[in-house]
Amino acid sequence: MKVSMTVNGQALEADVEPRWLLVHVLRDQFGLTGTNIGCDTSQCGACTVLMNDRAVKACTVLAVQADGAEILTIEGLKQDGQYHPVQQAFWDEHGLQCGFCTPGMIMTAIDLIKHEAQPNYAAIRHGIEGNLCRCTGYENIVRAIRQAADKM
Amino acid sequence: MGVLGQSIKRREDPRLITGEAKYIADIELPGMLHAAVLRSPFAHAKIKSVNVAQAKQAPGVVGVFTGADFAEIPALPCAWQAGGVKNNVNTPRILEIDEVHHTGAGVAVVVAHDRYAAEDALALIQVDYEPLPAVVDAEKATQPGAPQLHENAPNNIVFDWSCGDQAGTDQALQASEVVVKQRLINQRLIPTPMEARGAIGQYSAATDDYTLWLTSQAPHVHRLVMAAFVLGIPEHKIRCIAPQVGGGFGAKIFMYPEYPLVLVLAKRLGRPVKWIETRRENYVATTHGRDHITDIEVGATRDGVITAFKVHTFANLGGVLSTAALGIPTTLYGRLLSGPYKFPHIYCNVQGVYTNTAMVDAYRGAGRPEATYALERAIDLVARELDLDPAEVRRKNFIPPDAFPYAPADDLMAGLEYDSGNYALALDKALEMVNYKELRQEQAHARREGRYLGIGFSSYIEACGLAPSAWIGAQGWGAGLWESANVRMHLTGKVVVTTGSQSHGQGHETTLAQLVADELGIALDDVVVQHSDTQGAPFGYGTYGSRSTAVGAVAVHRSVQRIKEKAKRLAAHMLEANPEDLVYQDGKVFVRGVPAKTKTIQELAAAVALGYSLPEGMEPFFDETSYYDPPNNTYPFGTHICVVEVDAKTGQTKILRYVAIDDVGNVINPMIVDGQIHGGIAQGVSQALYEGAVYDDNGTLVSGSLMDYAVPTAAMLPSYETARTVTPSPVNPLGVKGVGETGTIASTPAVVNAVLDALKPFGVKNLDMPLTPEKVWRAMHANGGNGKEG
Ligand code: FES
Ligand code: FES
Repeated sequence: MKVSMTVNGQALEADVEPRWLLVHVLRDQFGLTGTNIGCDTSQCGACTVLMNDRAVKACTVLAVQADGAEILTIEGLKQDGQYHPVQQAFWDEHGLQCGFCTPGMIMTAIDLIKHEAQPNYAAIRHGIEGNLCRCTGYENIVRAIRQAADKM
Repeated sequence: MGVLGQSIKRREDPRLITGEAKYIADIELPGMLHAAVLRSPFAHAKIKSVNVAQAKQAPGVVGVFTGADFAEIPALPCAWQAGGVKNNVNTPRILEIDEVHHTGAGVAVVVAHDRYAAEDALALIQVDYEPLPAVVDAEKATQPGAPQLHENAPNNIVFDWSCGDQAGTDQALQASEVVVKQRLINQRLIPTPMEARGAIGQYSAATDDYTLWLTSQAPHVHRLVMAAFVLGIPEHKIRCIAPQVGGGFGAKIFMYPEYPLVLVLAKRLGRPVKWIETRRENYVATTHGRDHITDIEVGATRDGVITAFKVHTFANLGGVLSTAALGIPTTLYGRLLSGPYKFPHIYCNVQGVYTNTAMVDAYRGAGRPEATYALERAIDLVARELDLDPAEVRRKNFIPPDAFPYAPADDLMAGLEYDSGNYALALDKALEMVNYKELRQEQAHARREGRYLGIGFSSYIEACGLAPSAWIGAQGWGAGLWESANVRMHLTGKVVVTTGSQSHGQGHETTLAQLVADELGIALDDVVVQHSDTQGAPFGYGTYGSRSTAVGAVAVHRSVQRIKEKAKRLAAHMLEANPEDLVYQDGKVFVRGVPAKTKTIQELAAAVALGYSLPEGMEPFFDETSYYDPPNNTYPFGTHICVVEVDAKTGQTKILRYVAIDDVGNVINPMIVDGQIHGGIAQGVSQALYEGAVYDDNGTLVSGSLMDYAVPTAAMLPSYETARTVTPSPVNPLGVKGVGETGTIASTPAVVNAVLDALKPFGVKNLDMPLTPEKVWRAMHANGGNGKEG
């Protein structure tokens, strides 16, 4: 089946099997490997992207469901050589170690800040519950998101 | 002031926050095929036959193989065996042939054009298993009549190992005014780096060379083991590359069946072969950690001075043995059982046991968290028994600061001594941070209102910066544990550092560059750090045991010192001065007292690279390789205090404060050190409250996915208040100790002790982890639940 979507502002098409997951199409067909896969039960959130402006786990969306959608991945965040404020905050606050959870975590944080402009620490912790990080113990991730919220 | 000791932002981050970094799953090679492994659903079974005929016909399939196809390849080696005793060793084959000993053991592999096709074909393979009885509990496995896993291991015993002094300890226990006994379960954990494992094998028929990309914490060791013990390929014909690695926590140190498998498949099929582990595979096919059943006996005087500590442990090692499995519950556990305390008598006996479960090996802390848990629970049990303040019982038994270097009693450290420490200082600082006196008053006040606060301590040491090669060799590790580094300064003054250690989140590219830039007095931007490729550093033992700084960075430091010495000799020649009169400072070499007679390091780098005019006997180029074998481990320490409130209605534990005072020696980058401590604490807290791998009696992993295994979310963890004392290590010239594991080692007993302190009014002395609300609630209500006993 043919699907078309706008990914990071670019119109893209792929010929997919109905069972293919969006995350596989992004990674394998479009070469956007910044979106990671950390589980097979939709728990880890490593695969989080924005679909029509909302965070989704791309391993939980079939590629055909994304037909016609606007997708934003980690690769689409940096604009004119400037990091997105959330990217910058993760760097500033040491919000990552191995970095594997980071793209998904950043996409979730963007969604969170967009929909809850000034989340407090508890709201941030609650808001990123769908994203697991095994390295940082979350403390610096929470600080990074708080810092980014101030700048957005 | 240089960049050493500064919180420099990490240089590895730009590629990680933009998605540019290439993890193993992101690597694509021309013509690459994809492998999927068929794994046993049985924990213990004979393989009677494997029929792959149908799978071979499936669309997209290029090849299907079983264990019989690789019968000539030996089982993987067990590189760390328990020292000084007999070891009954059984290890995995790249695909099992006759029998499986745990669910998840590989029995066949499909290689196809894409992973979907490979997975589809797996379903078409028919394996005829003859199920055998299984046993999953280490103690039960040693009992008469238990299912036997391996012929060479009667009663499923892998080894029976001891340290310390049995007779002396027994005598001291008998003479003790008080003896407290307790059984403690240190439950099985699943490391769960967010990136699972993976490997890509490539073979060049023209050159007969192999390349293996793999999720590795130690690529040189993987190459060595692959060459010398598994495939028999000459070491120089294999190149191992660890690309960006998404966490490890120990689980990515080891040799696993899939690594040689993708190499032999690549050769047979003439195309690169990629295997990426799914999370559910990861949970059954990658190593687990901990899983001890421990009985402790601790003797004390009435005023809380410990007189003897005796420990017996059943260590569950799984159905077959992983690479370093036997060193963890022996050397890295038993030898740490004196902790920060001056116990006069210690004895520890460990039986390593086969069960029908996944392999158990190092998980962050590796043996030392288990030791610290037994020890810190013991101290609290003594304090409870004698109705003493647990902080004071700790203080009373601490090794005093003037006793260093200190060798624990009964030659527990097998010839080594703790390097340096001031344990009471860290405890005092922690007490001050939590406002201990007032906190106890608050606790008493809360109790009167029916709210249950608990204050839990953990004072710890660890042995890290592993390890003196001769010492660890005598402990049964089949290799050395030195580290190598190469530092070279090019004609343009730019510096390339290669290290044998490996970064999978630790930030070597930043910290090692800070060290080199500071020492050479050059800009941080003029230094690049390379790692994780056997074509880089000459050899490296890799990253685990908190050794990258205490061993790896010291090798780097040595190379830099050699460059500085050479720079001085060259400058003396160019400035026509006596080498003894020259000073190296801030990137310049000058004649002492004559600052006009100066050469910058960049000028010297150009001169030595050109080689036009060098002093007699000097070789061109600044290029120095060092091999540093540490004379001792290093011994970080500290005290963590956890404050909890337990909800009597629900049994839910809430961490109100978590204070960590750690002493890791000198610090290169405080931001990164804090990050390591945060992450470590998170894993330790999570063991105390949430995590636990659960097998049913048939050997099926019930907690077999992220749906069932409780990797904590942000909402389940507290904020951490961290601070440091700094006691430099005398072991190495940098005064560094190591920080990768301290948080995990310290935190687990602090949390458990806090919960049990909260439960003191209910008369609850011990609970086994994880301290789920249900478990806590039941304990609170077992005696009527009025909370009035304490
Ligand atoms: S890959 Fe884990 S949630 Fe999508
Ligand atoms: S930084 Fe490693 S999983 Fe989050």
